[in-house]
Amino acid sequence: MELVDRLLKGDKRAAARLISSVENEDERAAEVLRELYKYTGNTHIIGITGPPGVGKSSLVDRLTRAFRKKGKKVGIVAIDPTSRFTGGAILGDRIRMTELATDEGVFMRSMGTRGHHGGIAKATTEATMVLDAMGMDLVIVETVGAGQSQSEIWECVHTSILVEMPGMGDEIQALKAGILEIGDIFVVNKGDLAGVDQLVKELENVAEYKAMEQKWKPPVHVTIATEDKGTDEVVSSIEDHLGYLKESGEYQKREEERTRGEFTRIVQALLLKKAFAGEKSEKFDQLLKEIIEKKTDPFTAAEKLLEE
Amino acid sequence: MKKIRVLIAKPGLDGHDRGAKVVARGLRDAGMEVIYTGLHQTPEQIAEAAIQEDVDVVGLSCLSGAHMTLFPRVVELLKEKGAGDILVTGGGIVPEEDVPKLKELGIAAVFGPGTPLKEIIDFHEKNARK
Repeated sequence: MELVDRLLKGDKRAAARLISSVENEDERAAEVLRELYKYTGNTHIIGITGPPGVGKSSLVDRLTRAFRKKGKKVGIVAIDPTSRFTGGAILGDRIRMTELATDEGVFMRSMGTRGHHGGIAKATTEATMVLDAMGMDLVIVETVGAGQSQSEIWECVHTSILVEMPGMGDEIQALKAGILEIGDIFVVNKGDLAGVDQLVKELENVAEYKAMEQKWKPPVHVTIATEDKGTDEVVSSIEDHLGYLKESGEYQKREEERTRGEFTRIVQALLLKKAFAGEKSEKFDQLLKEIIEKKTDPFTAAEKLLEE
Repeated sequence: MKKIRVLIAKPGLDGHDRGAKVVARGLRDAGMEVIYTGLHQTPEQIAEAAIQEDVDVVGLSCLSGAHMTLFPRVVELLKEKGAGDILVTGGGIVPEEDVPKLKELGIAAVFGPGTPLKEIIDFHEKNARK
């Protein structure tokens, strides 16, 4: 397949077109991905998550530049929210990554969530596969600004980095389940703001608890991404974490979790597509009307919709 | 389902991005995905970003008077990189006599101050790749 050949040679236009086809649920995309799958599995996938405005994009920019200095090729998928009402989106992560645009060894793609929840976009998994197959040494996935529970990124990556900044909450926030549980590395960005020490202490507490269950104790780093302070320490931790995964046998487990997540999402997407395909969408509207008129309940209607 | 993707960029040195942001917002509200790349972009950065983001249209905004150099350069670079099918439009302070020249050089449309958003949206819906 011509597109596959071009992609395997690292052709950026081919990669870009293919990612669009996946996002648009184009039939051809599935064919290409099937062909491509055997070339995947060679890249270290890193997730960056955290609340809006903490500096995720700036950190991705700095980390990418640091990895480029080490001769690594880096793929980036950065996700921003799609409007629930219009389907439109402003994708603004490139603003912090201007310098990377002309770097031969970097491919950067912005994505709208297009109705997917959990912090990533509908086609994030597939985009990661494309960048993996085209020979990127690392792929960095930056989630939408994520609050407490959007932890789906964990099942897409090998290493997840949680970015926080001072002044966003007290100790009790750190006790809650959700996003804090998924950090393999904690970063306190905007490290020149008041309250850094307090936040570092709280995150170290979380790290202590994690270290009781596993051999890896998440390091806590303070950075000022816009001034490139603290980047090298984060890079070292990313490399250490990959080393830990491989030595402890945890890598295989993560791969299994990741594949499970990948497979689950693909099945879900296919089911959804089938549920709304062709005349089903008319049936959906008709059932919806019946539910609104209280002629039936949504549970029965859902079963009815999925009956062949 | 195909979504129209647009890159809005500010080439050159002026820092006036109000217009670019209004257009970005308008296209977003019309259901498009708009990649905004910020200020002070070189034509090389814009062309590369357009390719990696696989956009249908690149919208350039320039208020410094350098449009005759910067806009055609983006068209040229896209062609060189085998992406001549990506449309390039321009906006900002462009004197009327420059418009035909820009069109000759491959700029698909020029939207000056006061252009209704609807006109810009319609252009994108009509001309984006199908």
